[in-house]
Amino acid sequence: MSHPPDEAPFPPGPPPHPLGEPLVRREGREKVTGTARYAAEHTPDGCAYAWPVPATVARGRITELDTGAALALPGVIAVLTHENAPRLAPTGDPTLALLQEDRVPHRGWYVALAVADTLEAARDAAEAVHVSYATEPHDVTLTADHPRLYVPAEVYGGPGARERGDFDAAFAAAPATVDVTYTVPPEHNHPMEPHAATAQWTHGHLTVHDSSQGATRVREDLAGLFKLGQDQITVRSEHVGGGFGSKGTPRPQVVLAAMAARHTGRPVKLALPRRHLPAVVGHRAPTLHRVRLGAGPDGVLTALAHEVVTHTSTVAEFVEQAAMPARMMYTSPHSRTVHRLAALDVPTPSWMRAPGEAPGMYALESALDELAVVLDLDPIDLRIRNEPGTEPDTGRPFSSRHLVDCLRAGAARFGWSARDPRPAVRRRGDLLLGTGVAAATYPVQISATDAEAHAAADGTFRVRVNATDIGTGARTVLTQIAAAALGAPVDRVRVEIGSSDLPSAVLAGGSTGTASWGWAVHKACTALRARLGEYRGPLPDEGVTVAEDTRRETEQPSPYSRHAFGAVFAEVQVDARTGEVRVRRLLGQYAAGHILNPRTARSQFVGGMVMGLGMALTEDSALDPVFGDFTACDLATYHVPACADVPAIEAHWLDEEDPHLNPMGSKGIGEIGIVGTAAAIGNAVRHATGVRLRDLPLTPDRILTARAVPLT
Amino acid sequence: MRPFGYLRVDSVDEAVRAAAGQPGAQFLAGGTNLVDLMKLGVEAPRVLIDVSRLPLDRVEELPDGGLRIGATVRNADLAAAPAVRDRYPVLSQALLAGASGQLRNTATTGGNLLQRTRCTYFQDTAKPCNKREPGSGCPALHGTHRDLAVLGHSPHCVATQPSDMAVALAALDATVHLHGPEGERAVPATDFHRLPGDSPERDTEIRLGELLTAVELPPPRADARSRYRKVRDRASFAFALASVAAVLAVRDGVVVHAALAFGGLAPRPWRARTAEAALHGAPATEENFARAAAAELAAAAPLRDNGFKVPLAQSLAVAVLTDLADRAAAG
Amino acid sequence: MPTADGRRDGADGPRPVNGRHSALTLTVNGTPHALTLDHRTTVLDLLREHLGLTGTKKGCDHGQCGACTVLVDGRRANSCLLLAVAHDGRRITTVEGLADADRLHPLQEAFLARDALQCGYCTPGQICSAVGVLAEAAAGFPSHVTPDTAPSGAPVSLTADEIRERMSGNLCRCGAYPRIVEAVADAAAAGAEVRGR
Repeated sequence: MSHPPDEAPFPPGPPPHPLGEPLVRREGREKVTGTARYAAEHTPDGCAYAWPVPATVARGRITELDTGAALALPGVIAVLTHENAPRLAPTGDPTLALLQEDRVPHRGWYVALAVADTLEAARDAAEAVHVSYATEPHDVTLTADHPRLYVPAEVYGGPGARERGDFDAAFAAAPATVDVTYTVPPEHNHPMEPHAATAQWTHGHLTVHDSSQGATRVREDLAGLFKLGQDQITVRSEHVGGGFGSKGTPRPQVVLAAMAARHTGRPVKLALPRRHLPAVVGHRAPTLHRVRLGAGPDGVLTALAHEVVTHTSTVAEFVEQAAMPARMMYTSPHSRTVHRLAALDVPTPSWMRAPGEAPGMYALESALDELAVVLDLDPIDLRIRNEPGTEPDTGRPFSSRHLVDCLRAGAARFGWSARDPRPAVRRRGDLLLGTGVAAATYPVQISATDAEAHAAADGTFRVRVNATDIGTGARTVLTQIAAAALGAPVDRVRVEIGSSDLPSAVLAGGSTGTASWGWAVHKACTALRARLGEYRGPLPDEGVTVAEDTRRETEQPSPYSRHAFGAVFAEVQVDARTGEVRVRRLLGQYAAGHILNPRTARSQFVGGMVMGLGMALTEDSALDPVFGDFTACDLATYHVPACADVPAIEAHWLDEEDPHLNPMGSKGIGEIGIVGTAAAIGNAVRHATGVRLRDLPLTPDRILTARAVPLT
Repeated sequence: MRPFGYLRVDSVDEAVRAAAGQPGAQFLAGGTNLVDLMKLGVEAPRVLIDVSRLPLDRVEELPDGGLRIGATVRNADLAAAPAVRDRYPVLSQALLAGASGQLRNTATTGGNLLQRTRCTYFQDTAKPCNKREPGSGCPALHGTHRDLAVLGHSPHCVATQPSDMAVALAALDATVHLHGPEGERAVPATDFHRLPGDSPERDTEIRLGELLTAVELPPPRADARSRYRKVRDRASFAFALASVAAVLAVRDGVVVHAALAFGGLAPRPWRARTAEAALHGAPATEENFARAAAAELAAAAPLRDNGFKVPLAQSLAVAVLTDLADRAAAG
Repeated sequence: MPTADGRRDGADGPRPVNGRHSALTLTVNGTPHALTLDHRTTVLDLLREHLGLTGTKKGCDHGQCGACTVLVDGRRANSCLLLAVAHDGRRITTVEGLADADRLHPLQEAFLARDALQCGYCTPGQICSAVGVLAEAAAGFPSHVTPDTAPSGAPVSLTADEIRERMSGNLCRCGAYPRIVEAVADAAAAGAEVRGR
């Protein structure tokens, strides 16, 4: 939706203005000196420590809970179980119905919580809790023909399955086809700060410091669970050590800490152990992809099918919407996009950076590369030939779409034109070299947000909005937006974020934060500036305050298809003797509207690409069929990329004008970096070795087993 | 983690006496593996005897030209010691291929040798494991075992020994020195780690109450070159999928000495005696290296998901030996 | 909470007060602390929960992420794996001890200037680790990527590859690695040295 006419297009005045400037992170000094406090770093007087007890069966019921030994340990205050824990009201999120019943829906589900005077005693007590179970047969193994697969009614606002034209006939008639399957394993967000909360009840008021991507939502859920008014709860998330989706909804730590604090009458601190996280804070569900492409000799697609099989838990339905990008990326008169889902006895999956797009574009962009090989076309050329005029699935016009420009500009920067398309012909010693490309996309969304702007009598400004800075630079870019709207220098603007006592805001997720919060901040600051224009002489002592919200601006769906786009280029080396794959170069070229702070934006793009590198090469998880858990449960076994895995990475962007977004003209940039990166790397591995691997990640065992390297 | 007593000792004798007098005592040095395992509940000592400040922190030249490495020498210091780096490069390289800079600053020689398997079932006390709980079973045999053994395992245990350093020590014919209630003794590094058989709970030949005091290296061969190479899932800070430590001497194009050990393949550093026998006296060619490695790996019995380790180890051994031979030829 | 018992140093080792607690002294950022601690208490939990020094982070509690990196007698270590009782008499430097009053340590400056951080949770560990890296390279400690031909004991030049390898014990999920490498290189080029106490 375009901004309303009564709001000036942004930026309001001529440069110099602070928007688009590389302002240094506002809280950077606190972070490099260690004074920035995260959720577990508040220790109220009398604070107790909690340690949770995970279920050790994959499915069943608790038959006996023996807490006697735990309670007998010195310093132990209480052990909460479903037999004594405070009763919670049901909410829309059943993963938060903790310690309410004897049912164990998956291994790792919390069944008790030990509370003690010290961290050491709490951990000891948790280990001393003895739980007996009546186990039931479980099933955690996803297969492409699982008997319990179903098509979900709705996926991300669209249908679970969608047919356009006659895919089967078009595919059967196509002169050139690709029919391939890919798998992406379960993946784990693993933000560096484990989920943690410190909770305290004071005269009926609950105050929590929570490691969350959105304190407004946490307050709402706590209010529902504990049957409290919103004004009886304060949730603070001042500094958050990453989330990548896993802190987008309230997680067990905040509910358990609040329950324990109520039960014991003491403030309680709970930081979840790293090894518990895979079971209780969501994961990227595994996806099995079948992609079929049919094209004419000219490479123009006539048929496109992307069918995705994935899992959810028996607790809640979550769909990794991996077939969504196939509905908008490329022209195709005949199309089928399907999600199929099985509810297994697994931990509940959830958002992980670019849910849907990350695995979906891995499969689609790999398949495009396969089609380019079949047709002997340059993969960039193939994509350009399939550039749609309007969004294929809806016919809506794109608000802006500069994929082709990204492909061309990125290709020039990367040196693509010199590329020899022949596979497995570049050998440097034991190393096989190759390059690959893939497209990236991520949708633009905006949510209603409240913001308040205040002008003090001393000429300074304070802006209040419950945004969250999970490392994106939200505090910084909102300062820039406010300063630009106010026509004030940034050092006279203070932005307060990270508390539910501030005006309500959407969470930091879905690459919506800056647009949603920024629009409200812009609106409040613009209104304040107009109000200040009415004053002659000094402001009143109490200053002037304006509150605004963006409900009106955001309630109507946009008539435009709105997405950011990008192109990712990778150069890899594959060791012909060992199967080790390393990325030598990675370059992303993006079109994401106006970039509001190039310093923090670059970090966002590059960071997403690093996570995409991990998706491509190192991040591997699986459910143990016998025990039902993720065996790669810690950071020694689940390999997030280390510094040595990551080469110098370039991120570039076009200065994209799009009048149909928000007053800043910005698209979200937090997630697009991971999209396409794994495909670019996989395509480069194929170019290096001549062998196509279709199961991530591309670890040495897979390279060797596929005989992608000659060995000796 | 259960509460425990703590005692810092000032001499080896005091350490051994203290351990003998206290049931459930364990020695603490760097603690990088022991404290980790205590947090997991895998280890639950009743008392820790802190040997980290014993005067065992020296790397000393021996009269015969060998080297004596004190048990509390930090991994980082050992890797950097000029005597090690210049004369036993395979050992320095193995140390530097392991863990992280922080861990190498803390972990000791003795602790590195005594570190326990990273098998996921061993680390999870809610699951069976014959090594942790004899007789409870080995879920890894048919479970998650991509990283586990292809050689030397038994139906009772398929764990691998995770140390990189130990692989180099095996190739260098080091000896491990132990001091216990019954006095001192030395065990060849190649025999120090045990194969599991039907008693996988015993990782090594160390006896109850014995303290590992030193590792001794024989004098290096003047005509030999050595190298360690490791393959892992990420470029740094990961355990080996497979690794090779090799010492090779070539004269007039013929192998006159070869010592080869594999890591990541077995419950102990796998000294490749069969390959060495095949190499001795043979022309130092890639074909002969391949034949020798294949002879050694013919004994491999991979599990469902770790068959890749056999061609990987084969390829790695050939690469390392070829590289050493090429360098020997180049002078 | 810590209780002072008047002991000044750890020359004689920690003094048991019962079978599970001992009295000991640790110097943190130049300040001696006389403490009576549960033997189970790690240096990391001591810093965070007893001394209020929450700059040192707990990311994994098992030595797998590096967020808890501090300097022990000037050398970097994972504080989550260090039992406090075994560190009686040691000098610990944390991220809070690097700046000289209001003047940031050159590595802190470099991390800010390069935007070598996002969520900030791994940052104190990265910076302490980098302080250790500069000292180790200057003292001639080799790494996995140091050429065999580099003379033993001589200072090692911190190329980008050297920095990447040496900093690999510090995971960063935000993916700030390229900027971290630049920041460490900047500080190395400027000759930054360990400035802890």
